[in-house]
Formats: sequence, C-alpha cells, structure tokens
Amino acid sequence: MDLLAIIRIAMRALARNKMRSILTMLGIIIGVGAVIAMLGVGQGARETMQEQIQAMGSNLLFVGAGTLTRSGMHMGWGSTKSLIYDDMLAILRECPAAHAAAPGSSSSGQVVFGNDNWATRVNGTEPPYFDIRSWPFQQGSAFTQNDVEMSANVAVVGETVRKNLFGATDPVGQTIRINNLPFRVTGVLAPKGTSAAMGDDQDDIIMVPLTTLQKKITGQPWLRWIMVSAVSRPASYAAQQQITALLRDRHRIRAGDDADFFVRNLADLADVADEAGQVMTMLLASIASVSLVVGGIGIMNIMLVSVTERTREIGIRMAVGATEDNVQKQFLIEAVVLSLMGGVMGILCGLGASYAITQTLGWPVLVSPLVILIAVAFSMGVGVFFGFYPARKAAQLDPIEALRYE
Amino acid sequence: MVEHTAARQTKRFDMATTSQPEAKLTARQDREKVILVQEIHKYYELGETRVHALRGVGVEIARGEFVTIMGSSGSGKSTFMNILGCLDKPSAGRYLLEGVEVSSLSKKELATIRNHKIGFVFQGFNLLARTTALENVELPTLYARISKAEGEKRSREALALVGLENRVAHFPSQLSGGQQQRVAIARALVNRPSILLADEPTGNLDSRTAVEIMDIFQKLNDEGLTIVLVTHEPDIAQFAKRSIQFRDGKIRRDEPIQNRPRASDVIKNLPTLED
Repeated sequence: MDLLAIIRIAMRALARNKMRSILTMLGIIIGVGAVIAMLGVGQGARETMQEQIQAMGSNLLFVGAGTLTRSGMHMGWGSTKSLIYDDMLAILRECPAAHAAAPGSSSSGQVVFGNDNWATRVNGTEPPYFDIRSWPFQQGSAFTQNDVEMSANVAVVGETVRKNLFGATDPVGQTIRINNLPFRVTGVLAPKGTSAAMGDDQDDIIMVPLTTLQKKITGQPWLRWIMVSAVSRPASYAAQQQITALLRDRHRIRAGDDADFFVRNLADLADVADEAGQVMTMLLASIASVSLVVGGIGIMNIMLVSVTERTREIGIRMAVGATEDNVQKQFLIEAVVLSLMGGVMGILCGLGASYAITQTLGWPVLVSPLVILIAVAFSMGVGVFFGFYPARKAAQLDPIEALRYE
Repeated sequence: MVEHTAARQTKRFDMATTSQPEAKLTARQDREKVILVQEIHKYYELGETRVHALRGVGVEIARGEFVTIMGSSGSGKSTFMNILGCLDKPSAGRYLLEGVEVSSLSKKELATIRNHKIGFVFQGFNLLARTTALENVELPTLYARISKAEGEKRSREALALVGLENRVAHFPSQLSGGQQQRVAIARALVNRPSILLADEPTGNLDSRTAVEIMDIFQKLNDEGLTIVLVTHEPDIAQFAKRSIQFRDGKIRRDEPIQNRPRASDVIKNLPTLED
C-alpha cells in the first residue's frame, strides 16, 4: 500500500469530521503560531541590540578609572584619581591599534533655561568624541578644540535635554545655566535612544569642553574615562591588550596586582548582549512550546477517540487483508497530517501575529526561514509522538472483537 | 421494483454463462482440496473457566463445493468460521488452506492470506459508512499488490457481477439491505479469492432478498467458486450442495443435500411485494 493512498485515506477520514479536525488542529496552530511569534520577537530584539551596539561603534574601547575601596566602602568605578590626560596622549602615541581617543569626565548638574530646569549628567570631553561614537548633530555643531583650549562656556545638548528645556525654541545660540554658570548652546545631538545594552537614556546628557568641566564645575584634573576607537573591529582586542599593558606600565602596577583602571571592549559587550538576547529568545520559545505540547495531547486525545469510534472499520480493514502495519500507518499518518496542517496554519498565524506586533507595538520582529523549517519539523514530530500510541492501539485490535464491536 | 430486480438478475446470469474458460479450469481442479482441517481444538480462557469451543473438528472441502454450516448458537460454528477465515488460530490441530499450513503463520502472513485467498461476507454487511460502493469494493485491492487503476477496474467488474454497475457512486445509506449485501459480496470477490466465507449473510434480510442473495451464491458456485456459508435457517441452507451440522464443538452430521432447489426458480414462485 503506497504512502499516497494512505495519505488520501487519512485526508478523507479527517474531512469526515471537519469541525473536530479543525478544533484539534487549533491546539497545534496556537502552539506553532506562539513559538514562531515569540522566536520572532526574541530575534528582533537581539537584532536591535546588535544594531545599537554597532551604532555605538563596535570597534570602541572604553577605558575607565578603577574602583576604589576606602575604609571598606566601595566607591564605584571612576573613583580612583589615577587616569590622567597624559594617559590618553600615551595611548595615541604608543598603541598602534588605537585610532582615535577622547578623554572624559563627568558631573551632574542642574540646568536652567528660562523658567524650565532639568537635572542631568554633564560630561566634559573633546570634539573627537562625537566622531568616535559616530554621533551626528541634528542642529548646530560640536564645540571646537579651540573652545577646549580656552575653557569656553559652550555646551552641546542631547535630545532629552532639548525636549525638556527648549520645547519648540531653537536651542542653538541660546544661553543656558549649568550650576549657575552661563553656557552658550552650539548644537543638539541626534537622538540615540535608550541603550539596549545598558538600559539608560543616552540622550539625557550635556557635553561641555573637558577643560571647562575640570576647571569650572568639578575642580578636579583627573579623567573618569577615555574613549578609544580601534583601527578596525578585529583590532579592538589587540588595542585592549596594548592599552592594558601600557597603562599598567605607566601606573606602575606590579604583575599580579589589581589594576586601578579597566578597559572594556564593546565587541565583548556585543557578545554578552547577543547571549542575553539568545537566552531571552529561548525562554520565550520554551514558554510558547508548552502550548505546542498541549496541542499534541489534544491530537492524542482525538486520535484515541477516533480509534474507538472506528473499531469496526479497523476490523473490516483487517478482515479484508490489512496488516497491523497498514492499520498503524493509517492512524499515524492521520495524526501527522493533522499536526502538519496545523503546523502550516500555525506558521501563517505566527507570521500574522509577528506582523501585528510590529504594527501595534513597534517592536521589530524577525522570522527566519530556519525557524519556519524547525516549526514544520517540530509539528510533524508532535504528530508522530502523540499519534504513535493511538495508532499502536488500533493496530493491536483483535479483528474478531473489532468486527463484533457495536 | 421487483420486476426491475428480476431483470437485472437475468442479465447477470448471462454474464455468468459467458465466462466459459474459467468454468472449464475449475472443472479440472475439482478434486483438489481447498480446505483440509484435522482434529482442530479451540479453547478460550474466560477468567477461571476454560471454554472448549471446538473439540476435535475435521473436515475436507474440495474446490467448487458449496457447504453450509448449521448449528445452534454456542455450537462452535462461529469459532470454526473464524479459524477458516484466518481471523483466529486453532489451539490444536492442523488447518491447511490450499496446501499451506495456516496455523503456523504470523499475523502478517495471515493478513496476506485473508487478502488473497478469502472473501468475507458478514451478517451486518460491514461496509464503511460514508464511503461509496465502489470505494468499499476497492478496499481489499488497496492492501494487495495491484495498481490503483487495476483495482478500480476489478472493482467495477465485481460490482457489475452482482448487478450494481449503476450504483457505484452510492453510499451504503442510499442502498437497500439487499444491495448493501451485494456490495459486500463484490468486495469479497474483488481479489479473486479461493473461498468465499459467508457468516449469516441473509440474517438481516427479508425472505425474498435472502433468496436473491442465495441466487447470487449459486451462480458464483456454478462458476467454480468454493463457498462456505454459516446459517441457522434451513430454508437458506437447502440451496447449498453439502450440509455440515455442529453441536457442542463437534461435527454432528456431514451430508450432501438432495434435491437442492435453484434459487432463481424459487424467486419466481415467491409472492411479490404487490400481493
């Protein structure tokens, strides 16, 4: 008996109980649909995170001043007074893998414009910073190296600050007060959004020349961080090693001792974020796959009912020469056809749900062909797994008993 | 309605007489034993008690015979039929079907034997509901090694043989009891079996339709088909050539039937529905 004939018989048997078949399939449809949509959401989130990290500059290295523990109290990173401007110059001079660098220090500040005020972070840096982070301006431009040398009172504001302080007013050329000092706004940074990797609002910021911050706001000459860009993404690992070696040497740290600084590679960060995304995807998918299992149990249930209902048919088939194998195959294929059709419809529903999520929530959803392939294979597996027991039961009926069954 | 049925049967009778070569072939093999049963026993374990359904049954049936098996319920005739039909195995004894020792075969081999060599006709017709007459008849061909086209051709031929060539697309629910039983007979014949086993085939039919079914059996037997028929109605049993009576799991009597009537003659004398 060829497979095509068995499939035809299975289709006919399913068509006889349309409502029941559709309801049984619904379990699989929902299961597969949920898995596809959840995997899509997870993949989309992962992709977005990667994009954001790319946007931050994947060849970026972050050198931060180290942590300091004073009288048993942990002061957080950047608390050591060890990182200085000369360190940055040394990196540019002596690390071949480093392409550009920008120093930075930060403080918090109360910013006032007109009647509005806003508490935000005030970072001091030098103009290369905007290039290194590939952060464009939506209005105006950055302050100049000349401003840095003059310790000029100029500032660049982020999108969140602009929204809260200026509203509809054009900020460029306006004067704001940071901790009561007047600053002229030279530009507004393009919105970068919430950082997927760190979770903070990158647009809630004001950038001023480093020297202005050091001399007029914090009064401290140390750096909190140095942002370095490597010549290429692969080179960022080499740059990390070169910078670590250089700074350990400059800071006279003996081998085996903890460094008073740290170098973080954003390629590492990308990997970590990727892993986190993957974990989230798996979590979502495994929750969704529970419904797939429930759908499978539905198939098993209906197949068991079907075998009991069709005991006489099984008896007739056996009497006219169907072997156990024939009967088992017939019911197994019926279950597989049921689950496979459910799977295909589930894929369509999953794609529809993904589209709806993208449209309504604005989340990026990414459904890869591999996921669809896996869904098809999985729903078929569900059919085989949950169809096996009922099919076995059908095949092992005694033909005499089956023929007598009312 | 009745006139119509009679006309159809005459037509079938013509068909039967045309297939002469087959009839000659069976005449040559007349001596051959299709069924050889020796000292068959069958026990059932029902909890504590052991039911002895068959207590040493032996019988020989040659090709072309038309045997009726009679007996009250519990006499062991159904058990015997199940064994003859390879649906069940004897607990002891030998059963040779066309020289093949059946009691030693596996379940799968038994299924193949049922498919190739045995045609079943049941009391309750046992057709698949919501499946057309043609598809019901095709069922055994699906499990045989023949092509779909060949299976359909044979099925149409078998349906024509029982006079239902105009009912191929009808569902069992659209057919009368007699027509349903004829579909079942066509299904039993489609794989050209060595024996036709009929278990109370007329039990659910009115007396006139019952005789019509016996008419079909007689004509098939005339063409050389071996038939074993279980019945408890003496009126029906008289159409066979040989009668075997069961009682208490043993053969009580085994004798040829004298002066058997032709079913086609009996139908003519039966009152029609109009009377």
